[in-house]
Amino acid sequence: MNLNVINKSPKYNHHQSPLKFLLIIILSVMISGLSYAVLILPSQAPGLSVLAVDNIDKSGVSNPVTAVLLNYRGYDTLLEMCVLLLALVGVWSLGDVPERRHSLLGVVRFWPQSNKPERRHSLPGPVLDIFARLLVPLLILVSGYLLWIGAHAPGGAFQAGSVLGAAGVLLLLSDWHFDHHFSGLSLRITLIAGLGMFLTVGLLLLLEGRQLLEYPPPLAGVLILIIEAAATLSIGFTLASLFLGGRPMTQGTTQAMTQATSQATSQAAIVRPITKDQQ
Amino acid sequence: MNPVFLYTLTGLGLFTLGLYALIIQSHLLRKILAINVMGSGVFLVLVALADRAQSALYQVGPDPIPHAMVITGIVVAVSASALGLSLMLRVQAETGQTAFADEPVEKPSKTL
Repeated sequence: MNLNVINKSPKYNHHQSPLKFLLIIILSVMISGLSYAVLILPSQAPGLSVLAVDNIDKSGVSNPVTAVLLNYRGYDTLLEMCVLLLALVGVWSLGDVPERRHSLLGVVRFWPQSNKPERRHSLPGPVLDIFARLLVPLLILVSGYLLWIGAHAPGGAFQAGSVLGAAGVLLLLSDWHFDHHFSGLSLRITLIAGLGMFLTVGLLLLLEGRQLLEYPPPLAGVLILIIEAAATLSIGFTLASLFLGGRPMTQGTTQAMTQATSQATSQAAIVRPITKDQQ
Repeated sequence: MNPVFLYTLTGLGLFTLGLYALIIQSHLLRKILAINVMGSGVFLVLVALADRAQSALYQVGPDPIPHAMVITGIVVAVSASALGLSLMLRVQAETGQTAFADEPVEKPSKTL
């Protein structure tokens, strides 16, 4: 895992020019067809916006985009939260967090604490460190603001979650370590909070005799805010965890690792006298 | 020309450029970037066409449905890219290659 990945590899770029020309011709035909299809569309079309605006009073929010996301098409958003979680499960299934990663800022260490001296000089400079300290609280504040304002102006769970994720990525880049306590059960609970809250609300409404995610109009605003708050946390932590590139170490695995290494060293200590005797 | 269609055609151009790069480039990182460019083109088309509702005829703002789809689409595209990059790193770790070879490659002995 190093920067060789993004090195240029000219040996892979043998492409016969006839094939290239054929491809350009095919793509030209494709873009002409698509452009024609777009240009014959009427230049003024309401789409579904009239419906969306007419029913905005029943949706519990006054921002039509949030109403679409969390109310009219809540099922869509529910499945998109599933996609996010699946992507994270996919990344985690590929292995643990790489112990050592190269980044533009030098070697960045992650959760596995290491005492090897070669990694001590990888600490970020004071500018990045102070910048991160200043910016992360601000980003958390902006995230909360975007979540709140989403009910009546552009904003909402996905924007707020992205800002929260950016704060997490900044912390990871500036070499902050998180305690193993947080990377175990509590991290997993945060990751599924959005989907879990969505499903809980949906199932409770089913038990009430309504459709899945059919909010009663007087409660809709509160329910949307609750779901969005949980979804913001989940999206933010999912994006930051995706940046890690693997499953973070939990307390159990680190203990197992230290036990394994101590066993190995004790075995080595046992083995050494025998070899001395043999000599 | 109506600015809506200018943006839409730009989106189509981005999509086609991305598709071209996806086919021509064999490096996996470039393929992932190409898919991202294609996605940006699709988002631009959706947002541009949503603006057709904002006119004197219909007294409403831009169509919120494509906007909502693009918002979720961006976040899903980011997470899909992350999964793609992890898979690419895994391919590189397993085979030492950053592209899919035409014929099966021999696995290099692992250096632990």
